[in-house]
Amino acid sequence: MNPTTFFIFTTLLKIVGIVFVVILPMVSYAVYAERKVSALIQDRLGPNRVGPAGLFQPIADAMKFLLKEDFTPAHVNKFYYWLAPCLAMVPAITTIAVVPFGSTLFGVPMVIADINVGVLFVFAIASLGVYGIVIGGWASNSKYPFLGGVRSTSQMISYELSLGLAVIPIFLLIGNLRLTEVVQYQIDHGWMIVPFAGDWRNPLAWLLAIPMWISFAVFAIAVFAETNRLPFDLPEAETELVGGYHTEYSSMKFALFFLGEYAAMITGSAIIVTLFLGGWHFPGIPDGSHGWIFGLINIFVFFAKIVVLLFIFIWVRFTLPRFRYDQLMRLGWVFFFEIALVNIFCVAAILAFFPR
Amino acid sequence: MSINVPRPKLTWSERLYLPAIAAGMAITLRHFKNMLFRRTKVTMEYPEEKWDPQLPEHYRGAPALVKDESGRVRCVACQLCEFICPPRAIKIEPGEISAKDRFSKVEKYPREFDIDMIRCIFCGMCEEVCPEQAIFLRKDYAITGLTRAEMVHNKEKLLEIGGVMHGVVLKWNEKK
Repeated sequence: MNPTTFFIFTTLLKIVGIVFVVILPMVSYAVYAERKVSALIQDRLGPNRVGPAGLFQPIADAMKFLLKEDFTPAHVNKFYYWLAPCLAMVPAITTIAVVPFGSTLFGVPMVIADINVGVLFVFAIASLGVYGIVIGGWASNSKYPFLGGVRSTSQMISYELSLGLAVIPIFLLIGNLRLTEVVQYQIDHGWMIVPFAGDWRNPLAWLLAIPMWISFAVFAIAVFAETNRLPFDLPEAETELVGGYHTEYSSMKFALFFLGEYAAMITGSAIIVTLFLGGWHFPGIPDGSHGWIFGLINIFVFFAKIVVLLFIFIWVRFTLPRFRYDQLMRLGWVFFFEIALVNIFCVAAILAFFPR
Repeated sequence: MSINVPRPKLTWSERLYLPAIAAGMAITLRHFKNMLFRRTKVTMEYPEEKWDPQLPEHYRGAPALVKDESGRVRCVACQLCEFICPPRAIKIEPGEISAKDRFSKVEKYPREFDIDMIRCIFCGMCEEVCPEQAIFLRKDYAITGLTRAEMVHNKEKLLEIGGVMHGVVLKWNEKK
């Protein structure tokens, strides 16, 4: 097999594997986890009818979504109405392409596209997700979806800024946008927020961890806002906008919006894990070049970290109330934007005055 | 007249908002943990678990006809329950006991005895009024059916629910 054929074959295998074997089941079980964890937080039992402990509930849900009537209201703009759910789902899954989800397996790097503009690609694609919501809200030709779409636009503008600014300190430090390089740096120097490896005795490394923590907090909160999760779920806002942008949607088109939101959660967590929590690295576990079993363990570690973050997503959702709209804007523009900006200067100053 | 509602003056830590978030997260995590380790009491899972063994003796469930130890249907078709029944759920059609029968002095027996369980309000008046200790409210409460006809308990069904009642007064035995 010549290298080109081998490359195409392995890439296809990785795409199919990561999207259909890992991400989509993870999305459906994230919905299950959401229902179960929320139930436990609220002193209920949650889904427990379909299968042991309700474990087959996602399958029943999928069947229900497929069998429901796919209703298109007469007053909608048909073309955009059909386009919007795809636009909500596609960017969320596309983003995973540049994220290294493992070290190597049989010598094949476990990243679908190791491009040198990694994180820029993530931001470019991830912010397209808002178009699905805006177009869906606008094409529905109805008041609540319209308000949801408008809210989504302004929320995206406010939080995309701090999202972008929060990661700049990392790239000031590393000097490379490639996400595999980010993970390699964290293997050599310890995770971005806990520099336990490399020159960890150097107080400078720990001094750098402080702005990294701030970056981490700002980035995580901005990801919450980007994925329309509570406390920033204003485009959806069941209690005020009766579902917001997807009010007019039913059946599989609604399901695509729903899955898009959860896929965005997973990719958002994947980015957080890659940038701040060491990617697939776990102290003491060698990479895939030491045997395929370690390659598998690395992949497992990566997704385990994602699962922990997903739990935090759900936990936060069922703890915090929704922000009012002006509070959301104030938080985005007055606090996080400034914090992220000052943080960049802090890191730059540390790097300038304490050369390593 | 206008009333000025004083706005609470928030302290620095309250304005920071973060301690409140941490406290809230701790509360939800505590609830999560207590549920996970089954320390929280939750609602009974009804169809699988039932409260039946703990039902009190005076529980007022479905009314039913009973037989005594000798196997005789105790109802004598006096129709007092039919008259007292507030929602008029009971319908009795009396029949005559033939002179050759061992219990001929009872004279009447219910040929038909229907209780419409859609109408029944489980008040227990029938049990209270019965001079023969023939109708009792038993502990059945999940009375379901797919049609209206199914919801009418006829004599066989009532006797099936009622079964045999021990320790009741046997006033029609020959000795008396």
